[in-house]
Amino acid sequence: MKADPQNVLVGAHYLDGNHACGEGGIAAGCKFFAGYPITPSTEIAERVSRRFPLIGGVFVQMEDELASMNAILGASWGGKKSMTCTSGPGFSLMMENFGLGLMLETPCVLVNVQRGGPSTGLPTLPGQADMMQARWGSHGDYEVIALAPDSPQESFELTIHAFNLSEKYRMPVLIMTDECVGHMTEKVVIPPPEEIELVERKYSDVPPGEAWPYMEFDGEVSPMLPVGEGHKFHITGLTHDIRGYPVINSEAQHLNTRHLIDKVKKHADDIIWLEEKDIDGADVVVMAYGISSRVMQPAIAKAKKEGIKVGQIKMVTVWPFPEKRVKELAEKVKAMIMVEMNWGQVYLEMERCIAGKCEAHLIGHGGGTVHNPEDIYNTIKEAVK
Amino acid sequence: MAVTEIRITGFGGQGVILSGYIIGKAASIFNEQHATLTQSFGPEARGSACSAQVIVSDDRVLYPYVTKADILVAMSKDGYMTHKNNLAKDGIVVYEKDLVPVEEHGAGVKNYGIPATRFAEELGRKIVLNIVMVGFLGAVSGLLPEKALRKAVETSVPSGTEELNLQAFDKGYQYGKQLVETAEVTA
Repeated sequence: MKADPQNVLVGAHYLDGNHACGEGGIAAGCKFFAGYPITPSTEIAERVSRRFPLIGGVFVQMEDELASMNAILGASWGGKKSMTCTSGPGFSLMMENFGLGLMLETPCVLVNVQRGGPSTGLPTLPGQADMMQARWGSHGDYEVIALAPDSPQESFELTIHAFNLSEKYRMPVLIMTDECVGHMTEKVVIPPPEEIELVERKYSDVPPGEAWPYMEFDGEVSPMLPVGEGHKFHITGLTHDIRGYPVINSEAQHLNTRHLIDKVKKHADDIIWLEEKDIDGADVVVMAYGISSRVMQPAIAKAKKEGIKVGQIKMVTVWPFPEKRVKELAEKVKAMIMVEMNWGQVYLEMERCIAGKCEAHLIGHGGGTVHNPEDIYNTIKEAVK
Repeated sequence: MAVTEIRITGFGGQGVILSGYIIGKAASIFNEQHATLTQSFGPEARGSACSAQVIVSDDRVLYPYVTKADILVAMSKDGYMTHKNNLAKDGIVVYEKDLVPVEEHGAGVKNYGIPATRFAEELGRKIVLNIVMVGFLGAVSGLLPEKALRKAVETSVPSGTEELNLQAFDKGYQYGKQLVETAEVTA
């Protein structure tokens, strides 16, 4: 299905990453936004709140982040594509109901414009230190999908992609951007609606009285039940069976959690999106995501100029982690390097997958600004020694 | 690959960010270049130190911040003092003449001053001083075509204020042009 022309602000704009993210949601057909303002994410809400009245969307400023996350889950079950945005402390508050969204298998999009943490941290400066919280911040066992844009243009495009993934896999999807990208203004080209491909929600065609909210707990996606069309159904955050009723025992827990995990793991090849360059014959491979994958470019170019064989992987999706690819590469290269604005989070996954087969290096720092390309260059040089 | 790093500094409320926005928009939307604008601000807004950074380049901008400013636009003394030592060897300083006491920066660096606030007041609204500065910068730096900058001003200011802002731009641009021409004659 193509985007609705009334939602798409076609043309070349000079926008910051947050505004572009809001436009991406709108182009994807989002019609419900609930949020609570927090720096550096507020511009997303501002954008949406100004645009929604023109296109028949509903914007609600909620009392807090817990309620915001819950409201978008309710709106999604009510039949609307929905999203929220937050940062740092707000992301912590959304974690419980993010888990509820995963458990209920509810499509929606949550944007975290990362700032420095923990706690209040650095409200106006960038960080990438919520990556493990994105992966494990809610309680229990599950898998997540997280995307990381490196520019306003990608903020627009990946927000559409996040909505598509959320509908395809019937789950909340995370956009893990950061203050630098969120507050960075660049040209954003919004294509005509016929060039924007959208995944529409699948609804069950089983008649009322015979349908359950889930079909099988087999790692495949069940169509949702529409509301207001005669279906009477129950959904719960308690461990449940496919009828949506609580079943409090270990067999049901096994089926329910395996399903949530397998839904992502079985389709990892479809979900994972890597942009690779110069991997063949590389001695060292540099991995990064979001703004760090952009800032590493001058360092890699400099190293190449000096004859160092360096390949690169930009992780457009960070979660699920590209285990298979890292394991393959670890057999072939001398070293792999992770560049991220934290003291080593996604690095831990890279190191786990490398499992001693090659060297693992981290170029990390506490956040507050992006990496100095010189530091990245020095580590590349060190790694090939 | 031509890259120009620009830092614009002043206090919150002077329109520092909007001037950066206009320069970036002129380059990327109306001159087929790449331009990345970033901004730094404290939790405070009006009256506190405020700075915008614009990188204008023929290729994609990879590192989004200024390392050495090719152009430093100073609308406040504080902003100038904070950033004056981070200039490229052949950089230029574009400053508000009545607010910023500039120093000599060594052989390669050129200083261009304009009483932008006074000009803005003469036009009727002090608030357009940032647009006077943009016009002035356009003329003394030759960074971007006048047409692209004018178009960016016109499409970036609140509707209903286009005419006033374009007057402010022209005032700054003309003053800058004359200043450069006079300098060339005396040189």
